[in-house]
Amino acid sequence: MTSKPKRSNLLELKLKVINIGIDTFSEALKEQGVDVIHVDWIPPAGGDEKMLELLDRLSK
Amino acid sequence: MVVRVIIKKDTFRDSITLMKISNQVSGIKGVSNAGVVMATPLNKKLLKDVGFSEKEIEKTDQNDLVVAIEADDQSTLDKAVKEAEELLSSKESSEKTRSNPRTLDSALEQMKDANLVTISVPGRFAKREAMKALEKGLNVFLFSSNVSLDDELELKRMAMDKNLLMMGPDCGTAIINGVVLGFGNKVRQGYVGLVSASGTGLQEVSTLLNAEGLGVSQAIGTGGNDLSEKVGGMMMIEGIRRLEQDKKTRVIIIISKPPNPKTTQRVLEMATQCKKPVIVNFLGERVDLKKAPNCTSATTLEEAVRIASKLIGKKSATPIAAPNEEEMLQTARSESERFSSIQKYVRGLFSGGTLCYESQYILKPLVGEVYSNAPVNQKYKIQGDGPSKEHTCIDMGSSEFVEGRLHPIIDFTLRKRRIIEEAKNPQTAVILLDVVLGYAAHPNPAGELVPLIIQAKNSAVEAGRFLSLVASVVGTDKDPQDLQKQLVELRKAGVVIMPSNAQAAKVAALIALRGSTRRV
Repeated sequence: MTSKPKRSNLLELKLKVINIGIDTFSEALKEQGVDVIHVDWIPPAGGDEKMLELLDRLSK
Repeated sequence: MVVRVIIKKDTFRDSITLMKISNQVSGIKGVSNAGVVMATPLNKKLLKDVGFSEKEIEKTDQNDLVVAIEADDQSTLDKAVKEAEELLSSKESSEKTRSNPRTLDSALEQMKDANLVTISVPGRFAKREAMKALEKGLNVFLFSSNVSLDDELELKRMAMDKNLLMMGPDCGTAIINGVVLGFGNKVRQGYVGLVSASGTGLQEVSTLLNAEGLGVSQAIGTGGNDLSEKVGGMMMIEGIRRLEQDKKTRVIIIISKPPNPKTTQRVLEMATQCKKPVIVNFLGERVDLKKAPNCTSATTLEEAVRIASKLIGKKSATPIAAPNEEEMLQTARSESERFSSIQKYVRGLFSGGTLCYESQYILKPLVGEVYSNAPVNQKYKIQGDGPSKEHTCIDMGSSEFVEGRLHPIIDFTLRKRRIIEEAKNPQTAVILLDVVLGYAAHPNPAGELVPLIIQAKNSAVEAGRFLSLVASVVGTDKDPQDLQKQLVELRKAGVVIMPSNAQAAKVAALIALRGSTRRV
């Protein structure tokens, strides 16, 4: 059995956040003085789910 | 009356942007109805419900955007359409010039040491985005709902393998190192650690702790389906483990609706072995914990806070007012004095699923069975968008109300519509509400509710009735909305305000019973 990777515990770290989706959540984080980058998300492949599946398979 | 419907094929705007545009266009004088929405099945149904039955709307799919406007005359309609088009395109152009990244990969180029990704994209894309984040070794807070249990399981398994937190899907809030994620309140930091499958449950407990003079060390959200049989409480168990190790945490509260027996056993095994005191709040259920000296059972969110307060040993200067039966009965008698002979039902309209659930549990022994779209007992299940039946509590944040729409903590449109409907019903005695403040919530809930409440109360009086409204406000003085201001405005409109959801539900029941503790 492989052991779990040793990773810093989020509860002990200063948060550095990437927000994908509703930008109100980015604004709320900024208001709290948190480092945040907002991603202007749009549905990939124009929201075409079959195309998305294909793209995901190709990228693996 | 003139109507125009414009379909924009394969065009996406997030729900906040669309709500703002809808509100702005609706506010134009002479516009009687307007919706600027993504064409999800729910939004199409809502457009139809308010009278937009144009065939082109039916032909759209959820990747399309619909602008539907009804106005008194042609020139107002033209003006409104022009305004909607301009707002949609100005948002588009501002996005292009803001130079924000468009993908996680490009965001990571700008922030190489990111350690958390918060995701709130439509449910059908959520797993894909969350998986990408986990693959890159990032913790995830996934707000999106409508993600299948199979997908949730896959995400959480991957998170466990990589030693990461996977909060959600359907995770409304968390407080990590004093930072509020999603919806949540500005509470002081302290010694009580929370792990919660319920967003508003977490908000209620953290704000009541704050009122008790206590603080929160960490609050880990697990998402509403974490304790399902399939997922087995994976993140709740991980949360307890992390809080046991967390140096700041002295007492742990776990919050959920009562899970299935298998998951209950798994979670309690972890809780009873924990080296710190654990308060088990499986709403409405008194868990037998006699063999576990470190664990205590609480049946309401408020009771969990009282036990934590006792365990920490803090004497608060301003404790939550203890339920005072006599005062409650007096309020109930004065509120019900002017009821008509047929007013007898409680109608609860909640933005918080757990607050809806807790209210049913409080109401039932007093008024009898309660119908709900998220019922305690499946025998009393009704459709959320259908009419109420006898005593009813509706969870307006359940997935049937938020597909392609904003959560009712931000967008009051559907709850306001339902308040009007319930107020018109001659058998409605009490409307019971939760008002949730905090980050990312509506900037002024009282501003939305008060004019409507005054109107509803006046209409009831004109019809020879009296409409009683009872609410609890989930918030703190440090929240952006200002708790005190919200309380003053709601009280001024004649709303009975109680210090917790549990007490609000109890008073609502007593009012419906006209100040008696026995059913009439």
